[in-house]
Amino acid sequence: MNWFQRTKESIADGTTKKELPNVWIKCDHCGEILYKKELEKNLNVCLKCSHHFRVNAKTYIQLILDENSFKPVNKDMLSEDPLEFTDTKKYSDRLRTTIEKTGLKDAIQTGLGLIDGRVTALAVMDFGFIGGSMGSVVGEKISRVTDLAIQNRVPLIIVSASGGARMMEGALSLMQLAKTSAKLSIMHREGLPFISVLTDPTTGGVTASFAMLGDINLAEPGALIGFAGPRVIKEATGKDLPPGFQRAEFLVDHGFVDLIVQRSELKKTISRLLSFMEANTNKNLDLSQIRV
Amino acid sequence: MPVTLDFEKPIEELEKRISEMESMATNVDLSNEVSALQKKLEELKKDIYGNLTPWQKVQLARHPERPRSLDYIERLCPGFVELHGDRLFGDDHAIVAGMGKLEDREIMIIGQQKGKDTKSHLYRNFGMPNPEGYRKAMRLMNLAAKFKRPILTFLDTPGAYPGIEAEERGQAEAIARNLLVMAQLPVPVVCVIIGEGASGGALGIGVGDRLLMMENTWYSVIAPESCSSILWRSWEHKEKAAAALKLTPEDLLRLKIIDEIVKEPLGGANRDYEAATVFVKEAILRNFSELEDLSSDALINQRIEKYSLMGHWSGGDH
Ligand SMILES: [Zn+2]
Repeated sequence: MNWFQRTKESIADGTTKKELPNVWIKCDHCGEILYKKELEKNLNVCLKCSHHFRVNAKTYIQLILDENSFKPVNKDMLSEDPLEFTDTKKYSDRLRTTIEKTGLKDAIQTGLGLIDGRVTALAVMDFGFIGGSMGSVVGEKISRVTDLAIQNRVPLIIVSASGGARMMEGALSLMQLAKTSAKLSIMHREGLPFISVLTDPTTGGVTASFAMLGDINLAEPGALIGFAGPRVIKEATGKDLPPGFQRAEFLVDHGFVDLIVQRSELKKTISRLLSFMEANTNKNLDLSQIRV
Repeated sequence: MPVTLDFEKPIEELEKRISEMESMATNVDLSNEVSALQKKLEELKKDIYGNLTPWQKVQLARHPERPRSLDYIERLCPGFVELHGDRLFGDDHAIVAGMGKLEDREIMIIGQQKGKDTKSHLYRNFGMPNPEGYRKAMRLMNLAAKFKRPILTFLDTPGAYPGIEAEERGQAEAIARNLLVMAQLPVPVVCVIIGEGASGGALGIGVGDRLLMMENTWYSVIAPESCSSILWRSWEHKEKAAAALKLTPEDLLRLKIIDEIVKEPLGGANRDYEAATVFVKEAILRNFSELEDLSSDALINQRIEKYSLMGHWSGGDH
């Protein structure tokens, strides 16, 4: 049954070809064969073992925000190729083909929306776009949506899914760690709430910057979260990794994630947390009046 | 015996010939020949060191005899008081920190510290910090802020340590927290890359008002070997990766990531610690004096603005 065969995951273009040319999907975790429609209805969470399948940014936007309330910003921002980077192919070609294949502009979508009527700034990453890697566009869009949260005194939610900083933009990618964290330092100073939602996987430079800086860090069950990748750690230390290493539950045990949240509970949980943290926010905003 | 890198071999050979000739000179007068060769040697050095490839810069940045943070610190600030520990878990030997007096200025100095021989390499964990190193740095940066003292950091690491315990203790959180805290420090912060600037591990003490880079150093999001192994799926393409990453001081000045390149003695800082210290000291003092009259708010605003401008993109709403 070769249609169950999982194609090798490519780090360079970040795509995971798990989808079967069929109405059935096999759960990576428990091996259960699931009816695709049912799985989707269950928010892409395995009906047998609760394994959370990776989903795209659009799905999270629909899941978290009130219906049709999303007002995207900087939709047409595009990566350039400032280093004229070439490995086995040109970065500019890689960008073009990824844009064509995914229909996305880059690895993040940002904007304003409502969560139970409360105006909130939101950024959601797409792992399917070059492994959710952070280059200049991801950094700049997070930076700008944080500015928007500060200007309007509203909360910020960032849903991360990323292999880390984008190699093809070299030190410019690295500087996005500093840039996004610097903007969050203003949020922090202003007493505005920031909730970081870590999904599978969140590693490298994204974890080492904004994703770990939430007033509250939430994670989806089983999500891989860490600084160095498991393979790198194994090579560097020569040790076997303990079971459950770098999974969301491990992060909770070690004190770096506040709470693990089932996907079905995500909006409700965020909304509850925001009520507690509303002190310095502007609660009387009308989303339709905000110019973005 | 000094360590010679592969591309330095022609220099070493010529030096050997000159010294052989000089030892023969007691019997015959070879002074003309010697001075001709010495002239040739100077030209050869200028040619080789003046045209280093990105990979050769990486090699020099990793030179085993290159001065480390403490080599500069003891020359810049005699009487340096090293302070230890993050008050949470332990003391990391891959990051040194403490109080020093640079001419008439009291400053906090924080540096990533590599070793020089097997024993000290192990003691310093090859310059790869654990979370407690970043947290010690943060504690002492906050202390400097409390007492209004400027901060100097030296970056020199092959990366934050990729270990099991490092992950358990929150390597990512430790680095991330430093980025946030450093953005808001109300005192001048000058950072100098003195060797290797590998990714988040270096950046974890590298957010400041000024970023200076010594001539034979590198700074990027990933080491060339690791980049080669991921993108080319083999370790063999490190030279190509080093070139592609644009990791040299000249590239980074052009990309507006660093503020200044600090000169080194010909052949690299490893050849003359005193001369290297003179160059770096002049640059540090000059940058501190440019920053010292700014108010805390101005410093913080300018620093955040500086990072806001970094990156290249097209489109967007404004
Ligand atoms: Zn399952």
